Amino acid sequence: MRHLLEVKDLEVKFALWSDELTAIDGISFTLDRGELLGIVGESGAGKSVTGFAIINLISKPGFISAGQVLFEGQELNRLPEEEMRAIRGNRISMIFQDPMMTLNPVLTIRTQMVETVLAHENVSKAEAFDIALDKLKKVHIPSPEKRIHQYPHECSGGMRQRIVVAIALLTNPALIIADEPTTALDVTIQAEIMDLLLELCESEKMGLILITHDLAVVSQITEKVIVMYAGKIVESGSTQTVVEDPKHPYTQGLIKALPGIIPPGSRLNQIPGMMPNLTDIPAGCAFHPRCNISGNTCQMEVPALISKGQHDRMLACHMIK
Amino acid sequence: MKSWNRFKNSYLFYSFKRDPVAIFSFSALSVLVIISILAPVVAPYNTYDMATIDIMDAETPPAWMEGGSESFILGTDIQGRDLLSTMIYGLRVSLLIGVGAVLLQAVVGILVGLLSGYLGGKLDAFLMRIADIQFSIPYLIVAIFTSAIFKLAFGVGRYAELAVPLLIIIIGMSEWPKYARTVRASVLGEKNKEYVEAARVIGINRWQIMYRHVLPNTLTPVLVISTIQVAEAVMSEAALSFLGLGMPITKPSLGALIRAGFEYIFSGSWWITFFPGVLLAFLILVILLLGDWLRDVFNPKLYKG
Repeated sequence: MRHLLEVKDLEVKFALWSDELTAIDGISFTLDRGELLGIVGESGAGKSVTGFAIINLISKPGFISAGQVLFEGQELNRLPEEEMRAIRGNRISMIFQDPMMTLNPVLTIRTQMVETVLAHENVSKAEAFDIALDKLKKVHIPSPEKRIHQYPHECSGGMRQRIVVAIALLTNPALIIADEPTTALDVTIQAEIMDLLLELCESEKMGLILITHDLAVVSQITEKVIVMYAGKIVESGSTQTVVEDPKHPYTQGLIKALPGIIPPGSRLNQIPGMMPNLTDIPAGCAFHPRCNISGNTCQMEVPALISKGQHDRMLACHMIK
Repeated sequence: MKSWNRFKNSYLFYSFKRDPVAIFSFSALSVLVIISILAPVVAPYNTYDMATIDIMDAETPPAWMEGGSESFILGTDIQGRDLLSTMIYGLRVSLLIGVGAVLLQAVVGILVGLLSGYLGGKLDAFLMRIADIQFSIPYLIVAIFTSAIFKLAFGVGRYAELAVPLLIIIIGMSEWPKYARTVRASVLGEKNKEYVEAARVIGINRWQIMYRHVLPNTLTPVLVISTIQVAEAVMSEAALSFLGLGMPITKPSLGALIRAGFEYIFSGSWWITFFPGVLLAFLILVILLLGDWLRDVFNPKLYKG
């Protein structure tokens, strides 16, 4: 069966003054319709760049240097800009971190939504308005008839993120990429937005890529998870197995760092050291300076991502057999 | 009706109501603008109609002075035109040139600023260097040069007819870099905001993003400098006319009137230059006061004090 999205050996580089910096170093994964995938990692691991690479919108000086992004059989990174724009926002939508910033402050919600519909579909303004209103109802906005005529600053943060989700849904996309959609919101609103995304994915049969650093959120809603470190996948597999039985020392560290695991009052576990600067990634396994089980091979050879055990688990570590 | 209600409840109107200077300058400016628009109706005489002018009335002092006449309240100028009517027509010419020049500046400047700010790169460097060059040439030199060439090419007679558009172009073209720089600076601030990124992700093309999303967010400073630019353009025109490079004496602007009267100031006919001078100063003052208030209202740092 053909996958909805297939990323093969994707590599993204950023041109610097003299040389290049590799932000994403050969990652591969697949996603099917209705499937929920989480991408986790620290800041700078390349999660957001992966999201932008999928819709071929990496801003200069970055570029996709190798690999393929196949979406419904089309190779997105080879598509001319004109055709790409027809897919972007239409078949693939993206939701950003901060709803305070993603809505244009000087345009009403109606204007912004109608514009999006008109950019992709051949309908009249009145029809576009009806579609917009319908989507606002779908994301459970109270009195949408009133809200649609308002400006973004007249809505609360949670409300705005709902509107952003509604805008992402306008053209019935097959895939939504949510880049830390709840980071800027408080916990109760977070849960609401997550439930909403989950519900919509089920009812509309959409694929969802959830990019976040919050393992708790990932374990709640996703089916598959990818753990990234310094531009590489270090562990992937079904969310349940990875979260309950993490194998890679980095994943283990991330899970141990969650507050729920330790007794109240004691210090949180943390992974020693910092994520390496991308200009200066350690030789061998990028994680070895921070790893507590690293051996000699780790400093010399880059571990390959290979299948380990059942449940599609993939792992890139020399020390775990 | 709905937008009127929205305006009535806006912060703009609220702060306007509470600021006596704003109310005064706005109403004074409105009166001046209305008078100048309705000049043919309001003015006692049509000063463009040669038949109404009698040279025997020349240099009549204002009505309250000895030798003054009831029919010429502010007296007459050296050609026997009613000074009040001439000033009203002059105000009309001054405002027309001022507003026209600012519109030209704004259109050119906003376009250049938006393109160079949003697209960046080589185009940005090129357009901004042109702006620098334009800025480094004093407009007086351009004006002397252009009007000399113009008078040679079209003859002095045609010059009188075409002086208004010519002055609009000279003043407009000399000041557009101010708009270009203001707009470019705020475009640079806006273009990396997430809503622009979001618009790109939605699949909207870059011209639409530029025009619909970025431009409206950069217009506040444009509005504020526009008021000051109108005042400056009116003064530039007055300066040019005073130097004899502006409006001809048959169709005088306020500046041209001041110049015409200036030659007779020591022969006792002070009113020919005094009243237009006062009117010009008042006009500029009122525009600047209004601009000052606008700047305060639109400055978010002062906004919620």
